[in-house]
Amino acid sequence: MTLTAERTASPMRQLTERSVSTSRRARNLMATVGVWTALACAVVPLALVIYAVARRGAGIMSLDFLTGDIPQRTRTPGPGMGPAVVGTLVTTGMASAMAIPLGILAAVYLSEYGATNKLAAVLRFLSDVMAGVPSIVMGLFIFTIWVLPLKERGLSAFSGSLALASLMLPIVIRTTEAMLRLVPRELREASYGLGARKSRTIMTVVLPAALPGVVSGCLLAVARAAGETAPLLFTIGITNKRNWSPSGSNTTLSAQIFTNASQPFPAAIDRAWGAALTLILIVVVLSTLGRLVAARFAMGGR
Amino acid sequence: MTTVVPAAPPRSSGLTPSSAGRADRAFRWVTLGCGLLVVLILGLIAVSTTHESLAVLRAEGAHFVTSDNWVPASGHFGALAFIFGTLVTSAIAVVFAVPVSVGIALFVTEVAPRWMRMATTFVIDLLAAVPSVVFGLWGLQALASPISGFYGSVAGAVSGVPLAGSLLSDGQGSGGSGRAFMTAGIILALMITPIITAITREVFDTTPPAQKEAAYALGATRWEMIRGTVFPHSKSGFSGAVLLGLGRAMGETIAVALVIGSSAKITSHLFASGDAMPSVIANQFGEATGTGRSALIAMGLVLFLMTIVINFAARAIVGDPSGADR
Repeated sequence: MTLTAERTASPMRQLTERSVSTSRRARNLMATVGVWTALACAVVPLALVIYAVARRGAGIMSLDFLTGDIPQRTRTPGPGMGPAVVGTLVTTGMASAMAIPLGILAAVYLSEYGATNKLAAVLRFLSDVMAGVPSIVMGLFIFTIWVLPLKERGLSAFSGSLALASLMLPIVIRTTEAMLRLVPRELREASYGLGARKSRTIMTVVLPAALPGVVSGCLLAVARAAGETAPLLFTIGITNKRNWSPSGSNTTLSAQIFTNASQPFPAAIDRAWGAALTLILIVVVLSTLGRLVAARFAMGGR
Repeated sequence: MTTVVPAAPPRSSGLTPSSAGRADRAFRWVTLGCGLLVVLILGLIAVSTTHESLAVLRAEGAHFVTSDNWVPASGHFGALAFIFGTLVTSAIAVVFAVPVSVGIALFVTEVAPRWMRMATTFVIDLLAAVPSVVFGLWGLQALASPISGFYGSVAGAVSGVPLAGSLLSDGQGSGGSGRAFMTAGIILALMITPIITAITREVFDTTPPAQKEAAYALGATRWEMIRGTVFPHSKSGFSGAVLLGLGRAMGETIAVALVIGSSAKITSHLFASGDAMPSVIANQFGEATGTGRSALIAMGLVLFLMTIVINFAARAIVGDPSGADR
């Protein structure tokens, strides 16, 4: 759209350029410089962050680091983020197992049953509002309704995953709904024409057609959850031990970065950078995977 | 309707027509139930945090939000300094992020060559993907000490200037430790730039091409075209984007907790260390019990209400991008 605008507009601009006064041309140039500066203001810090994480993280990164135990004393140098890798996988996995199916079903309601009704409009609005609730509030919420009543047993990977799932739910709902809306109406009508009921049409026609978009949206939500720290602070407890179970205290990469970052010991700070590199790699792999899935299926479908 | 359903589909699903109809209705109710989860969770957040906040609200009353006397050990819980810190850091973030986001959005929609649009969008998405705690680690371990030198020279340069001399200082005539309101604000700006950029870009993109062409036809330069057509067209959507960014900045926890310096005070010096509501909750919750814990949850409630109001306003302004207009 903008392309056609430019194509038709540019000869005009060339014609008029000569008669444009110096001050107007200077202002135009200043605006262009400003726009490039703005880009630099975002790209340079991002590059600095990635460079710092890669350089400081690479020093400690190894297979040992990913699987080894966390040292008992934070001042002890050496590897070990294995328990945190396990904890990140367990909490994020459980949160996804809850939030993704529920979110997709909610999105089905919004897109397939609620295209025009008032209730769906309200739910759509509220899920946008819910997406804006700070992650630390989600942590407090799960603490008050789940961890407090259960006392010591409340601090667990499962509690943490409840908080992460609350965070993921609105993201999954909104991205999935957007994808379902892209499915052409003709597909649904063809299915009805063959005698399929609405639920069957949704399960066998609409959802499969939207699958790549849904998968990539969900992967982005998973990536977001994997990097979260605040909702886990009061819900998963504190431990340095490896724990594959949903119950009992656990730890994650993000929680380890947070506690190690403000330690005075170089060994702890090194581990924090190593954990940061691991976390960034996980997040980048998930997001890239999401994009690839979307691109791959889009090509196969056409 | 059930009588005219063709024989084949129901048989293939293994159900008689009436039970298939029941399954169909049941499916609808299941999806509705999942949709209602959103209402349930939002309601539960409000009820549970309010309930846990009662203890401190009973003990402190209005002092909770009007006093800055926060001494948990002696039972004083005045959160004003933290509310102040949240407002100051998110204001700094918005001041930095808005021009940058508008610039990037203009770059992507109007200035960039075609191949750079995709690349820019990818880079900005990458910025959004960096976890909060990684920004915090970077801010604390890589940014704080060089930036405190920078603060020192800025403070030296503007000392004596009426307003700036007070704002751009740490109150002790040096650059401080680098853990300050300003550092937190800068990191927050980085984190909300992708959000503001994404929405602003979408809004800019909806400017009718005919209007842009008309502006060019009148002899406008690119900047004059942008000022004359893109900006007026995007006013409301842009305000919504800024509000969404503000809401995100207020609730951001971990990065701020690591770089703000954790000291409860109200000051006009932006290079001094302070504290904000989310970071106090994160740093003090572990040791808090009784009224102290209640005070921290009450701060969460304040935060929840603030972000809810802002998000309501933002969504009401931006409207529903996937709704009626598609």
